Amino acid sequence: MSELTDLGIAAIRDGVAGGEFTATEVAGAFNSAVAEANPVLNAFIVTTPDHALAAAAKVDAARAAGEALGPLAGVPIGMKDLFATQGVQTTAASHILEGFVPQYESTVSQKLWDAGAGMLGKLNLDQFAMGSSNESSAFGRVISPWRATGETAPRTPGGSSGGSSAAVAARIAAAATGTDTGGSIRQPAAYTGISGIKPTYGRCSRWGIIAYASSLDQAGAMAHDVTDCAIMLGAMAGFDAKDSTSLDLPVPAWAAGLSDDLRGLKVGIPREYRIDGLNADVAKGWDDGIAWLKDAGAEIVDISLPHTKYALATYYIIAPAEASSNLARYDGVRYGLRDLPDGAGLQDMYAATRAAGFGDEVKRRILIGTYVLSAGYYDAYYTQAQKVRALISRDFEDAFKQVDVILTPTAPSAAFVLGQKSDDPLEMYLNDVFSVPASLAGLPSMSVPCGLDRQGLPLGLHLAGRPFDEQGVLNAGLAIERRAGFTAKPAKWW
Amino acid sequence: MSYRIEGATGEWEVVIGLEVHAQISTQAKLFSGAATAFGAEPNTQVSLVDAAMPGMLPVLNAECIRQAVRTGLAIDAQINKWSRFDRKNYFYADLPQGYQISQLYHPIVGEGAVEIVPDDKHPDRSKVIGVERIHVEQDAGKLMHDQHPTMSYVDLNRSGVALMEIVSKPDMTSPAEAGAYLAKLRSILRYVGSCDGNMDQGSMRADVNVSVRRAGEPLGTRTETKNVNSVRFVMATVEYEASRQVDVLEAGGKIVQETRLFDPDSGTTRSMRSKEDAHDYRYFPDPDLLPLVLTDEFVEECRASLPELPDAKRKRYEGALGLSAYNAGVLTADADTARWFEHLLTNSAQRQGKAEGDVAKAAANWLTSELFGALNKHGRSLSDSPISAEAGGELLALVGDGTISGSAAKQVLEKMLETGDAPGVIVEREGLTQTSDTGAIEAAVDAILAANADKVEQYRAGKEALFGFFVGQTMKAMQGKGNPQLVNQVLKAKL
Repeated sequence: MSELTDLGIAAIRDGVAGGEFTATEVAGAFNSAVAEANPVLNAFIVTTPDHALAAAAKVDAARAAGEALGPLAGVPIGMKDLFATQGVQTTAASHILEGFVPQYESTVSQKLWDAGAGMLGKLNLDQFAMGSSNESSAFGRVISPWRATGETAPRTPGGSSGGSSAAVAARIAAAATGTDTGGSIRQPAAYTGISGIKPTYGRCSRWGIIAYASSLDQAGAMAHDVTDCAIMLGAMAGFDAKDSTSLDLPVPAWAAGLSDDLRGLKVGIPREYRIDGLNADVAKGWDDGIAWLKDAGAEIVDISLPHTKYALATYYIIAPAEASSNLARYDGVRYGLRDLPDGAGLQDMYAATRAAGFGDEVKRRILIGTYVLSAGYYDAYYTQAQKVRALISRDFEDAFKQVDVILTPTAPSAAFVLGQKSDDPLEMYLNDVFSVPASLAGLPSMSVPCGLDRQGLPLGLHLAGRPFDEQGVLNAGLAIERRAGFTAKPAKWW
Repeated sequence: MSYRIEGATGEWEVVIGLEVHAQISTQAKLFSGAATAFGAEPNTQVSLVDAAMPGMLPVLNAECIRQAVRTGLAIDAQINKWSRFDRKNYFYADLPQGYQISQLYHPIVGEGAVEIVPDDKHPDRSKVIGVERIHVEQDAGKLMHDQHPTMSYVDLNRSGVALMEIVSKPDMTSPAEAGAYLAKLRSILRYVGSCDGNMDQGSMRADVNVSVRRAGEPLGTRTETKNVNSVRFVMATVEYEASRQVDVLEAGGKIVQETRLFDPDSGTTRSMRSKEDAHDYRYFPDPDLLPLVLTDEFVEECRASLPELPDAKRKRYEGALGLSAYNAGVLTADADTARWFEHLLTNSAQRQGKAEGDVAKAAANWLTSELFGALNKHGRSLSDSPISAEAGGELLALVGDGTISGSAAKQVLEKMLETGDAPGVIVEREGLTQTSDTGAIEAAVDAILAANADKVEQYRAGKEALFGFFVGQTMKAMQGKGNPQLVNQVLKAKL
């Protein structure tokens, strides 16, 4: 039944609904694929085959009873281990939450189960979603199913949603949830030849998602293609009174609204992103994208986003500042790890617990965040960063007076070899240079595959749209997808 | 008369500011749906949000905001239509999030004012104390150190309960002013209904900022004494802290800016931590919450919902009801007392078919001198009075229409407290109806005059003070049932 695992959301849903196969068969096939691949790829922190089978059995029973099936009926997915799942360990890939089993289900995961999806397991990620390579996980790095032509060196699946990207690319999950704070859906999607969308900030409830940087965190979909992203995002999004930053807007029927006819659409190409020394393959992919969008009827417009060169610096002040506060609750008092040395007082317990529980990258960002919020530095860093963030948003507002979507590469290169950048945090942070600006402005944005580089590794193109215009982004993505003809898959070596 | 501390080297002034934490009276916490009742079993009123479970988010409780705005309006304060919540970051075991959600940069209420009467003996001398701001914030949980020999337990029932922090200007200059300000603020909050003012349950507590200086000099360094929980303790804190500071300064020392604790047993304060140990709270806007924007309609609805406030009520009692300044002050100081008085007044007026203004003085006098005294004697207060306002009104009507005398009314009140019976029933049973039978009164007067011929002589010779003696004797002879006015008339005529 290996061919069942080649199917994405729409194909599985339609096949189950049409009686070509049962949801239980699909879940079984994916469970087997996970069991086989996970010891090698390490995409899942825990697997939950029973959850997938139970959801499938419900769908099969509903179909037999002639009941209406949900938009993800019978689709086994992976759940990034940043979403709280009731009764299933939820760790944020951190030792500090090892063994933590929530008594509650995140809004987004609940919506997916309500839509008929089942869970194959909890997907690995960079610890607390901090990282671009998945190497900061306390449960081991994820190995990308992709290898450069003629090489066996393990490569990164990107981060922080690296378990998600690896699982979808390796066809051991039909789709996966991701979360994106500065590029954590889009960059891993680009690195693994899949599609990933981060909606407008506020589209998906953050309730039950372990917080990294609250003003930036957004859940999104990672899947084989644009259509699957549209279906899955439609099931995830919607107003939630439990999240004060949730958008109280109806969720458009994105999947039904998909069209690659871009006549009348204007696509902006920001000149500042044509950086010196841009990887030639990445530059070529970008040029191809421009040509495909033209072919779909769009008009290409040269635009300027003058403040985006400060985006990365701004992000690495705001995100750590919020993180330093958001992660204060992991103190050893109520849940998770507690390290209580003999004779220790409260302060000693905090210090020991947090020293033992957090990884290096998490500690680094807590320290940066604590520093930029400190008396005497607050205005120079945090206040200034907020001002620059407003200017970056204004750049986009101005640009969207001229154009409808903005096309750039997703990442400056293809996936790198694991360990290559782990000694240099700044080099690592540069991975997000193209994705961070849209995060700071809260814009819907996605990555779609555009081809392979000369090493045989996938590259992605990045589309950003106006607030609430996921449809515009998805349609432009669909136009690229149909013209890029990207069908490459990693050869199975595991 | 201003308050001065007589030091060895001369006079010192004291400058006081109060930060009052008042728990907002709501069923649910500030950012979660958990309950807020006092005295529940530990950790039974804790939601996932209050325990800061991973991924939980705060959602603002609109009722808390309504009460904060109503409180602001009650002290004529600026209402900020745009405000914002900030995180105050620090680690402590009673603070599950690792930060308190508060309002540093943009509080919901700006400058306002509270009028106080620092000295009861001079109810006409008032002073206005400025309020700097009111902001809304979360309370923390509570540590319990007495449950286990080596460990401390945490009770999160209070975690996330809504507080208003009401920050005064440093406008107070004596313990009496500080006490009067806190009492007045409590009175206003209870009128508004935004806080129950139960200081012994921690619903209201004050951080007391005190400094001293020579007259005309700039402000001295202040100390902050935390969590003082009664009017009396606030006054004691000011008194102790001011004289301590004078002693330090006169001995050539310096006041350290520090946080201190008040010890109610000794009436002293002691150092808790100095400025050097002060936390850097790293305040920043809470990214989980949007700025709070109030509409004009909302503010107007809050304004329209305010009851008559103590100052307005006191003026009305003095003006329209003609009460003394003292009685007006006593009756309006507490919302429950005023409510009780107004029930009494309405009831008494209705029974007698008179305007409230015509019976107000009698009602006020009876309540403040008779009932308060009697309740006090029985160790009770108005809130647990066995006598209802309706029963009081009936009693006042019995006096008003001449059925019983004032002295009989005192006996009836005693019986009412003992038995809980209605005054009419008691009057009937005890036979206390006063007599207006002129014949009976004349007979009694004749007997008294005959028995006291010497005194009659003295009276007629000009010793008019003896009139009271004859009244007393006559009333005694009639077992208090003689109509005092008639007794007076008959005595005057016969003497």
